[in-house]
Amino acid sequence: MAEQIVAGPTAAAFAAATEAARDAGPTALPAFAHAADAGPMLEAEELARHFDVSRPLLQRLFAGEARRILRAVDGVSFSIPKGTTLSLVGESGCGKSTVARLVVGLYPPTRGRVIFDGQDLAQARADSAQRRRMQMIFQDPYASLNPRWRVQDIIAEPIRAFGLVTDRGAQRDRVAQLLTQVGLSPLDGEKFPHEFSGGQRQRISIARALSSNPEFLVCDEPTSALDVSVQAQILNLMKALQRDLGLTYLFISHNLAVVRQISDRIGVMYLGRIAELAPAETLFTAPRHPYTRALMEAIPDLDMTGRKRIPVGGEVPSPISPPPGCPFHPRCPLANERCRAEVPALLPARGTPESVVACHAVEEGRDHIEAPLAVAAALS
Amino acid sequence: MMPALLEVEDLRVEFPTRRGLLTALDGISFAIDPGEVLGVVGESGAGKSMTGAAIIGLLEPPGRIAAGQVRLAGRRIDTLPYEEMRKIRGREIGAIFQDPLTTLNPLYRIGDQLIETMQTHLGVNAAEARRRAIEWLELVGIPAAAQRVDSYPHEFSGGMRQRVVIALALCAEPKLIVADEPTTALDVSIQAQVITLLKRLAREKGTAMMLVTHDMGVIAEAADRVAVMYAGRIAEIGPVREVVRHPKHPYSVGLMASIPPLDRRVERLAQIEGAMPRLSAIPPGCPFNPRCPYAFGRCRTERPELLETGATRAACWLYDAASERHVAGARAHG
Ligand SMILES: Nc1ncnc2c1ncn2[C@@H]1O[C@H](COP(=O)(O)OP(=O)(O)OP(=O)(O)O)[C@@H](O)[C@H]1O
Ligand SMILES: Nc1ncnc2c1ncn2[C@@H]1O[C@H](COP(=O)(O)OP(=O)(O)O)[C@@H](O)[C@H]1O
Ligand code: SF4
Ligand code: SF4
Ligand SMILES: [Mg+2]
Ligand SMILES: [Mg+2]
Repeated sequence: MAEQIVAGPTAAAFAAATEAARDAGPTALPAFAHAADAGPMLEAEELARHFDVSRPLLQRLFAGEARRILRAVDGVSFSIPKGTTLSLVGESGCGKSTVARLVVGLYPPTRGRVIFDGQDLAQARADSAQRRRMQMIFQDPYASLNPRWRVQDIIAEPIRAFGLVTDRGAQRDRVAQLLTQVGLSPLDGEKFPHEFSGGQRQRISIARALSSNPEFLVCDEPTSALDVSVQAQILNLMKALQRDLGLTYLFISHNLAVVRQISDRIGVMYLGRIAELAPAETLFTAPRHPYTRALMEAIPDLDMTGRKRIPVGGEVPSPISPPPGCPFHPRCPLANERCRAEVPALLPARGTPESVVACHAVEEGRDHIEAPLAVAAALS
Repeated sequence: MMPALLEVEDLRVEFPTRRGLLTALDGISFAIDPGEVLGVVGESGAGKSMTGAAIIGLLEPPGRIAAGQVRLAGRRIDTLPYEEMRKIRGREIGAIFQDPLTTLNPLYRIGDQLIETMQTHLGVNAAEARRRAIEWLELVGIPAAAQRVDSYPHEFSGGMRQRVVIALALCAEPKLIVADEPTTALDVSIQAQVITLLKRLAREKGTAMMLVTHDMGVIAEAADRVAVMYAGRIAEIGPVREVVRHPKHPYSVGLMASIPPLDRRVERLAQIEGAMPRLSAIPPGCPFNPRCPYAFGRCRTERPELLETGATRAACWLYDAASERHVAGARAHG
């Protein structure tokens, strides 16, 4: 037997192996591709959602307490052009999921409005032909699938609900096609959710969301419950589907590295507001808001370049009693009197006008863009 | 040479089930020195938590250690009776779990929990324990510790609670800390604070630490060495720099390559096809062979032991010069 001497295993070998698998796989189904014409798929205008978290009236009167209002989302505006991905990132409780729910109409807004393809969301939701055009994928692939239904019925449910395909045989064909599209086997339709791993369950959720042939998908942390190796599979799948079907995504995540892979534009949220909204590359090469810069500093360094990581001090304040002025001021090294009194507006930033930033320091030009580390040093 | 503080040797954990015996851990061996942080990574179900549970004697029945040894400072602890092991936990081994709410008793004040632990394990009086409790809270970065020592857990945020859990695990000055996903439930900015804290305390107090997580960023940041687990076995173990930057086992290579980079956008992330096998269906030979782009004849029948690859050790036949297929410069083993 001839002895083979191979070079050590490489990342490239894995990339090549998966490329080969992809080329063989029938992901592309051009029949369902949407023409990506210009114009926004979705616009949010000054969206706000407040929750009343007061104790019951009697108890409150007894204790002499005022009503407690939690401002989960407090004036958020953005627009998502067709065929593109806007991501929202931010720490736990900053309002990302609440925005997702507002955008698909699961919550009515306290203030502001959502426009879906030129039409007010409330109107669009009333029309099933419009409603089927938007779908949502959730974080937890365990909780979002009915454990007692077979996978084929889970996936076919929106098809039936919207009356898209009525013939049983055609429904079966469509389910088989969707299963193949997300990298599962048509035979998997017979099984129940508990027979699948987390990543496979998320594939089932995606197949279900795709079954009404939507154009707009709201994905709330679709990979956060998954392992990195499985996350890579799902992110690759979502990108391929976007390319093949012309989908528009609102993608929500707390992971900046993930967001960098998938987004055209990124909004950084803090305490119910957008701190910075910028094209993906600009956000990473020239982050402007002190919070964005601090977040990037806080990420563990995989390359181990010897960079000394300096954590952001303090914690996110409560959305029930947010600080006056700029919500980031208690943690911000650049805060001054104006910051403590006046809420900064989201404005194009000097130097990077494609980014909009809510920061007085940036507006006044006292944010030292050349020295990003200065922020972190001051935060320590 | 001084023996390592923790030595795990050829550990096997089994679960008898109705459908037969499941082997959850098989042939796990590693050691941790005083002041050293060993990271343990791998996808969910790989056996990370199980390894931690076996070490601290908290395997859930019917799970049991079926073979191998666990030694703490040279003394065998896997065979100790429950009561004795309970004393060692808390005094010599501190445990930190993912969810701070399950570790803290919601009905007791934070300070009282610290005080009781120190009184039990260190035999200090109440006043001294209270003084130290405040000191610990300051050390883990709770602002105004003297005022907040009498708070209840629900009055603290998630990040603060997790820092209290760390204080609780450390206050009896254990020699070993087993931390299972201690930052997973926390936000990035708080995660950073907690990791920095853990690392600093391990160094300063000479505490050995086993840090279980599936977050490679956390490992890169905090660990000295890292063990990559797959299907209940160690696939590769070595210095963190080597394993992260120059992994040798094909699974480690795939795992590292699938991490989305922060510093650039890649069109397509490398991915490992398929999924980790269930315990009831671990293939013969190398457990990774059905997913491995390098698999060859021997991989399907013979199980590889950890072999020297240079800076790391990997359970892979590519590193045996006797294999029909191997990397250039592989040593002859066995
Ligand atoms: N139905 C509700 N009633 C009261 N408060 C709520 C409700 N839903 C959300 N909130 C609060 O609104 C704020 C924003 O919540 P949201 O779920 O949008 O955060 P998020 O950014 O998605 O966080 P995570 O990263 O943890 O998922 C939080 O303070 C949350 O506790
Ligand atoms: N009580 C149990 N009975 C049978 N198998 C179990 C039990 N608890 C855990 N396992 C299995 O043991 C393996 C390792 O689990 P665990 O150590 O929790 O993995 P990790 O922490 O790496 O995610 C998994 O396959 C899991 O399903
Ligand atoms: S407005 Fe002021 S406090 Fe807010 S981020 Fe800018 S500099 Fe900091
Ligand atoms: S032993 Fe064989 S199958 Fe296992 S990792 Fe090495 S090359 Fe791949
Ligand atoms: Mg959320
Ligand atoms: Mg675990």
